[in-house]
Amino acid sequence: MDMPTPDPSVLSRKDEIVARLRAALPEGAVIADPTETRAYECDALTAYRCPPLAVVLPASTAEVAAVLKICHAARVPVVPRGSGTSLSGGALPTADSVILGVSRLNQVLETDYQNRFIRVQSGRTNLSVTGAVEANGFFYAPDPSSQLACAIAGNVAMNSGGAHCLKYGVTTNNLLGVTLVQMDGTVIEIGGAHLDAAGLDLLGVICGSEGQLGVVTEATLRILHKPEGARPILIGFDSNEAAGACVADIIKAGVLPVAIEFMDRPCIRATEAFVHAGYPDVEALLIVEVEGDKADIDAQLARISDIATRHNPVEIRQSKSPEESARIWAGRKSAFGAMGQINDYLCLDGTIPVSQLPHVLQRIRQLSGQYGLDVGNVFHAGDGNMHPLILFDANKPGDLAKAEAMGADILRLCVEVGGCLTGEHGVGVEKRELMFDQFSAEDMAVQMAVKDVFDPGWLLNPAKVFPLSVSNAHRAP
Amino acid sequence: MHVCDEKELSEAIVSAEGPLRIIGGGTRGFADTVSGTELSTLGLNGVRVYKPGALTLVVGAGTPVSEVEALLQAQGQRLAFEPMDHRGLTGQSGPPTIGGMAAANVSGPRRIQVGACRDFLLGVRFVDGAGRIIKNGGRVMKNVTGYDLVKLMAGSFGTLGVLSELSLKVLPAAETAATLRIEGLDDSRAIEALAAALAAPFDVSGAAHTEGATLLRLEGFAQSVSARAKKLATHLSRFGPAEILDHTATDMIWKRLRDVVPFHDRPGNVWRISVKPSDGPRIGAALRDMGEAQIIYDWGGGLVWALLPDDIDARAALQGIRGHARLERANLENRKTLGVFAPESAVIAQISAGLRARFDPRGILNPGLMQTAKRG
Repeated sequence: MDMPTPDPSVLSRKDEIVARLRAALPEGAVIADPTETRAYECDALTAYRCPPLAVVLPASTAEVAAVLKICHAARVPVVPRGSGTSLSGGALPTADSVILGVSRLNQVLETDYQNRFIRVQSGRTNLSVTGAVEANGFFYAPDPSSQLACAIAGNVAMNSGGAHCLKYGVTTNNLLGVTLVQMDGTVIEIGGAHLDAAGLDLLGVICGSEGQLGVVTEATLRILHKPEGARPILIGFDSNEAAGACVADIIKAGVLPVAIEFMDRPCIRATEAFVHAGYPDVEALLIVEVEGDKADIDAQLARISDIATRHNPVEIRQSKSPEESARIWAGRKSAFGAMGQINDYLCLDGTIPVSQLPHVLQRIRQLSGQYGLDVGNVFHAGDGNMHPLILFDANKPGDLAKAEAMGADILRLCVEVGGCLTGEHGVGVEKRELMFDQFSAEDMAVQMAVKDVFDPGWLLNPAKVFPLSVSNAHRAP
Repeated sequence: MHVCDEKELSEAIVSAEGPLRIIGGGTRGFADTVSGTELSTLGLNGVRVYKPGALTLVVGAGTPVSEVEALLQAQGQRLAFEPMDHRGLTGQSGPPTIGGMAAANVSGPRRIQVGACRDFLLGVRFVDGAGRIIKNGGRVMKNVTGYDLVKLMAGSFGTLGVLSELSLKVLPAAETAATLRIEGLDDSRAIEALAAALAAPFDVSGAAHTEGATLLRLEGFAQSVSARAKKLATHLSRFGPAEILDHTATDMIWKRLRDVVPFHDRPGNVWRISVKPSDGPRIGAALRDMGEAQIIYDWGGGLVWALLPDDIDARAALQGIRGHARLERANLENRKTLGVFAPESAVIAQISAGLRARFDPRGILNPGLMQTAKRG
């Protein structure tokens, strides 16, 4: 994977740039020692690494603005970083870049139960947002699987999803406002506790812009009262077609579950070997979760069970207690870990129209045969967001490249059937060059025009999202 | 000017010699704010894809909303954000279109529970001011590939591009619905009651205070709705007794609210004010101090509809309160003097102008429609 050549004029000015940053920030907020900056050389896409020029850890919006002003004046690229959990290399540095970490911006600024929002600094972790309000019965809905570690800043940058977005939506549907610092240090407030944007919906385009339009330092988030209860049902099928048809029928019947999770046989077997959740040995398994009070849950599960029965399931297991619920979820929740026990894996995140599910699974199986690499599928079936896990051996020369080539084929397949490259992980560097498969040159030109407005010098996270050959003219000094 | 497909739309824009007034059904009644050649999207109609099992719909921008609603209803589904029909308020007669709905980000009472029109837009195709045919988003529910221009286009009122095709997420229609009605609360107390209901786990899908009644809607399966209605009535007992109204009454009440029927055929300007819900009563009181004002609260108090005499600037009531006011219905003179859209801060105005300059370099798409100069 290519990254732009580091700017020699930045590298040669390192001492001067670091001195200016140190003068603007409190002691300990600037890291320039190469042994210490190494901790920031990659995110969760660990295959690619590069230590940055320096790392800054500001603790306020004013400090973020000061950093950006200095970097803007000195023409130093800045890579914003939440908790570094990106699976697409969104926080991967270049040697001439300053990493702007928001981990010290972790305060809750305001909780308002009457108006149902919380305002937090953006370095706060996703789970700790819910943590701040759950004693009052509330929660923050988007729940990416990295929620223990991932920061709201990263969630906003990547428009993160989660298992429960079929009902509650993704980050953009739960974000009411942000404080954004532009590359030149200008601080702007967009949105707030009111529901609709005045003027153009800038909040909507900032969310999911992968840290390329500005640095979000504060976010106003919608919070909801927890449902009275939630319970899953597990359904096993002897074909992917039957499972796919069952998903469509559940949705058509007017039941709106909070989650519909899907696992295929390789994944079921791996998790059984790992956590012994007691899953049936079937071709395809669905876990469908519904919410409400007890009577409501019973009624919804009965309907789902009726629908499933029409598709000749091998097994139906309805949870009747918290213990049974935990057992049903145990395998799904450890699926990634279980696959990781077998080998290294590459996790993809393409989305497809739900009706294409059986076809896409069959094609993935063919590709698996062609490449000689095993694949397990575990994903959010209700919204078509797939997570094929391609197993490979990182110590075997050429295996990563082979897995990446196969991954690219699967993502092209997703686009071909009417879906997209990424449902929740973001493009980052990982899928940058595949953008050609989804977008025309003009589609991308219009997106890049948005960056031209917010960051005319292309200094914020410049080598991400767009193919380098396409963004080159914008990035050129 | 009429166009029948994207190619014709692109050609019409490329060959335009001056400003274009982009119009769907023209139901919002402020097209005459823009002087220019009319460019109608009504020819860009038709349902392209509808997959009830995937909750997705792809339609041409000129497709009437009523046609889409009938199609969905036949499959037990709906546009969950409950788009308002502006015709009664503005006295217009054209068909509300899906493109117009998206361009204005039109949402109704259920916005408080499920989100706005923009939250249900999965993808757009549009032609920008240079005639380029652009797509963004797609027809799947989770998509973070590239920037989200879908949201940017929603609510851009045809100033960044002319929408040609939209894909939408649809949802199952509720099996039944009920409304709790509490009478006799003043504005502050009513908004408190709405907040108490919205902060409880009963899945309220409408929360309004209008014409002396405080209203809460519950939807879902019959058994669940009646159980929740009873629990909610108990939860709100400190605000007074709640009458529980059936499905038929519920449909009428919320349609009346959605379309702001109490202000139909009444003289004066209609303002649409978006604020933090608990600020609603303050706005209402300030507006009443300014003149003969009639107020409707939707979205738990966060959407204030105000009927005010002509020439009064409702934005004065927003002093020190975050939010914004749009002049939803007024004569041309008042639209010009008061401004339809809320003025923007200098830095936001600069970003908006920058985006318009790039999406519409010749400045021909509804020029000036969204801009209001700062007063005083």
